[in-house]
Amino acid sequence: MLQDRLIKAFSEGLEISKDLVTDELSFQGIQEWDSVGHMTLIASLESEFDIMFDTDDVIDLSSVAVAKKILEKYGVGPF
Amino acid sequence: MSQSTGQLVGKIVLITGAGRGIGRACAQLCAEQGAHVLVNTRTQDTADAAALEIRTAIPHARVDGIAFDVGDTAAVKSAFQAIHRNYKRLDVLVNNAGILRDALVGMVSESLFDEVMRTNFGGTFYCAQMAARLMARQSSGSIINLSSIIGRYGNSGQAVYGASKAAVLGLTYSLAKELGPNNIRVNAIAPGFIETDMTASLPEAKRDDIMRGVRMNRIGKASDVAGAVLFLSSDYSAYVTGQVIGVDGGMII
Repeated sequence: MLQDRLIKAFSEGLEISKDLVTDELSFQGIQEWDSVGHMTLIASLESEFDIMFDTDDVIDLSSVAVAKKILEKYGVGPF
Repeated sequence: MSQSTGQLVGKIVLITGAGRGIGRACAQLCAEQGAHVLVNTRTQDTADAAALEIRTAIPHARVDGIAFDVGDTAAVKSAFQAIHRNYKRLDVLVNNAGILRDALVGMVSESLFDEVMRTNFGGTFYCAQMAARLMARQSSGSIINLSSIIGRYGNSGQAVYGASKAAVLGLTYSLAKELGPNNIRVNAIAPGFIETDMTASLPEAKRDDIMRGVRMNRIGKASDVAGAVLFLSSDYSAYVTGQVIGVDGGMII
């Protein structure tokens, strides 16, 4: 299921518990999601869904909710 | 060397500006060492022709042409998306594409400045940016940036070229620090006086003047640079990052 894969990608990319991955989770909202963690998260999402984000989307991906919208642009979803 | 032996077996290697000169020598050596080489030039015809020539010379070689202008950010992005689509990974990026436009500082036009910086520095930056994204997924990779002895020590008439190649060194040091935790190594090579199309057009007096500073008393060959590229591409340099290797026959000691 897509939602499970999304949670897995966030959990593994940020090295956090799956319980923390909610729509409200946002960039710099937790210690693990800093600028370095962001690039690891991007790699994790790209690997999980076999896509390559545009740089603008890498910059814009500021929360789980936003990530879902961006992923839909790449044919992943709807969630 | 057979298909299953060599220092780079199983690695996907992208070399920009590989139609001739140093880039071409790097492509040939990497292919000899078992890499699957992606030969970049600005047009598909020249990229395919270079790939075919290498495959003809090395029957077991895996070489594909990939056309894009490193100075065109949209083209760079599309090219790396295609690499992701077609090859799924990238192990080595050799940022070799560059141009030489000499002018005394009072004669430097805006267009010359923009062209040199966009290709030599911008192209290196954007290719490295996209390569890092691919390499981060696999937690490994080697980015090799071609600078120049002019980028380290300067030269009259080469203010813009030298600045563009010095910028490449600054980029190399910063990326080495930033990408080290992802096991992505970033190094630079600073060739000295190498026999290429770019240097062949120099007046004889200028060549003689340069040669007086070369301790090894011979002009460098593109294959001399390719050897350093092979080292930095291979696992023999697994613990080497943030370094600049001078390939200059002892011009600067």
